[in-house]
Amino acid sequence: MTPPDLTRRSVLMKIGIFLNSIIALVLAVPIVRYLLSPISKERKGDWNAWISLGGLEQFPAGQTRLATYRNPVVNSWDGDTADIACWVRNVDGKSFQVFAINCAHLGCPVRWFPQSGLFLCPCHGGVYYQDGSRASGPPERGLFEYQYRIETGKLMIKATEMPTPGRAANSNPYSNIVREIKPCA
Amino acid sequence: MRLIKTIGDWLDARLQVGDVIRETVEHPVPSKTASWFYVFGSAALVVFMLQIVTGIMLALIYVPSAGEAWNSLQVLNHDIALGWFIRAMHGWGSDFMVAIVLIHMVQVFLFGAYKFPRELTWIVGILLLLVTLGMAFTGQVLRFDQDAYWGLGIGASIASRVPVMGPSIVNLMLGGPIIAGATLSRFFALHVFVIPGLLIAFVAVHLLMVVKLGINDWPMPGRVVRKATYIRDYHELTKKDGVPFVPGAVYKDLFFGGFILLSIVACAIYFGPFGPSGPPDPTIIQTAPRPDFFFLWLYAVLSLLPPSMETPVLLIGPVLVIIGLVLLPFVFGEGEKSWKRRPIAVLTILLVAVALGTFTRLAGNAPWSPVMDAWSGMPVPSEFLHNRTALERQGALVFQLKQCRNCHSLDNQGGKRGPTLDAVAVRLTQDQLIRQVIQGGGNMPAYGKNLSPAETTALVAFLETLHPAGQPAARDASRSLALTPDTPQTPASRP
Repeated sequence: MTPPDLTRRSVLMKIGIFLNSIIALVLAVPIVRYLLSPISKERKGDWNAWISLGGLEQFPAGQTRLATYRNPVVNSWDGDTADIACWVRNVDGKSFQVFAINCAHLGCPVRWFPQSGLFLCPCHGGVYYQDGSRASGPPERGLFEYQYRIETGKLMIKATEMPTPGRAANSNPYSNIVREIKPCA
Repeated sequence: MRLIKTIGDWLDARLQVGDVIRETVEHPVPSKTASWFYVFGSAALVVFMLQIVTGIMLALIYVPSAGEAWNSLQVLNHDIALGWFIRAMHGWGSDFMVAIVLIHMVQVFLFGAYKFPRELTWIVGILLLLVTLGMAFTGQVLRFDQDAYWGLGIGASIASRVPVMGPSIVNLMLGGPIIAGATLSRFFALHVFVIPGLLIAFVAVHLLMVVKLGINDWPMPGRVVRKATYIRDYHELTKKDGVPFVPGAVYKDLFFGGFILLSIVACAIYFGPFGPSGPPDPTIIQTAPRPDFFFLWLYAVLSLLPPSMETPVLLIGPVLVIIGLVLLPFVFGEGEKSWKRRPIAVLTILLVAVALGTFTRLAGNAPWSPVMDAWSGMPVPSEFLHNRTALERQGALVFQLKQCRNCHSLDNQGGKRGPTLDAVAVRLTQDQLIRQVIQGGGNMPAYGKNLSPAETTALVAFLETLHPAGQPAARDASRSLALTPDTPQTPASRP
């Protein structure tokens, strides 16, 4: 004797819904995983590569020059978009500063004016001093800086991601916090 | 003729849609509503169809690859017969579509059409506005030129400000670490598949509700919407005073839709296609990116907001606006429809229109942007050099060479970022000028590290000459006292 609601039809209906739910789940996992790949992609290999900006002789002491590099993570169809510019400041012949081209306000390309020693942004009028610190305008911080090192007479930087206000260039996310700690007065 | 009828009957016996179509096209509309004010919705639909057709045409040639997109646009503009015209139609069509959708929304708002029982129609309308703006932005990206490239950078910079999630959102948006091939591909998918799909679905729901609930009756002052009686009253109105949509009202829609299409054709022929501007090569930094017309106001807002307000306004503002629009029909679902009895509604529209118009106009000449070549391209007007001493002229040279001109204008030429300096000497004394130049302040960088004492002296000497004839330069009253020879001096300094 079967209860009235446990007919062959209703049981098969339930099994059908169950099976289709499983299939939906099985399909959803790879789809979500696929969509999130730009986030979940492991930042290994080329991501941490040191990129050469060229020989040190291109960057005379006391001057700030434009340099370009090919982004280390590229696809063959990226065309010119993978060529990125940055500003290299040779502070005193020994130490350097490498600034991202992107304004810390909204990412427009800043331009260096050696005569007045300022970086000016053409979009919303952000201005920075020669050491990259904020001078005036809408930016809330100074220019983004890339890590650099000198290897066999070449200036190398780490720069894979476009820096944005919420994501500074390849920097340790905690470095800013540590910098805030000051000894008690 | 008989053959057509035979074929028609044969099809309808199988499809059985004839009655539904007849019912839909003949649905009664209140005779006053068959008005010239009710043509914007259908015109938006007509332009959308134009966009679909021209969009498919462009997709025949366009290459959604970061390396080739710009070249394929050049081919469209120059090598394909009338390719420029199809591009121009699509570009102008997009501007017209945004404009008409906005006008439609204003009309619906002022005529109280969002009130009961058309709340959901209004909400789907908001979604339609959002996807239309989404089409406009993604379309601007597909025109993969310098403006598109840096526009994406601006979008990414805004998105990155979302707390905690920001960097992940940027990665999702760009499809990789930088703006490159993956970015263009995903905006292509959005512009061509995802958003149009949503748009078609929302249009279908929107239209279904217009037919099911009936078009909004002409708002009469004093005819108040009440949930209990509205639907009965509306049916009485359409029964007593209704005309079938076809042919009672449709001729106005047809006429206006045709007029809009002709206007787009005229603009396309006369003004031509939008760009593309320079190639999307981020190493070319001699560029001043500007957004398309309907995002210019945002460009102005982003320049004028105080820095500390920017992130909250950018992230919370749109959410508040959308919540407000969604809640509108629920909070004000009953009551007067006529704009003659809704002064706050009229004032709101005026305020928003004036604000957006002002911001758009400001963004047209962007006074906040430095004029990058003013220092080398705009000489100091000769009247500011006439009868000046050598030191003052040297100061004018310093003024040009240190790029003061990029932010400050003389005789209305130069940057508008800082105040115009034509009469600066009237406002600031010598000491104040020196302090301002060396320490900066307000919105001005400090030039102390960049000017030698000699340069500062010369520059200030020049600035002190900048006052209208007959209006003396400002001076510190105590200064003359301090410089007078007979002031008491210390014994050591006596001869």
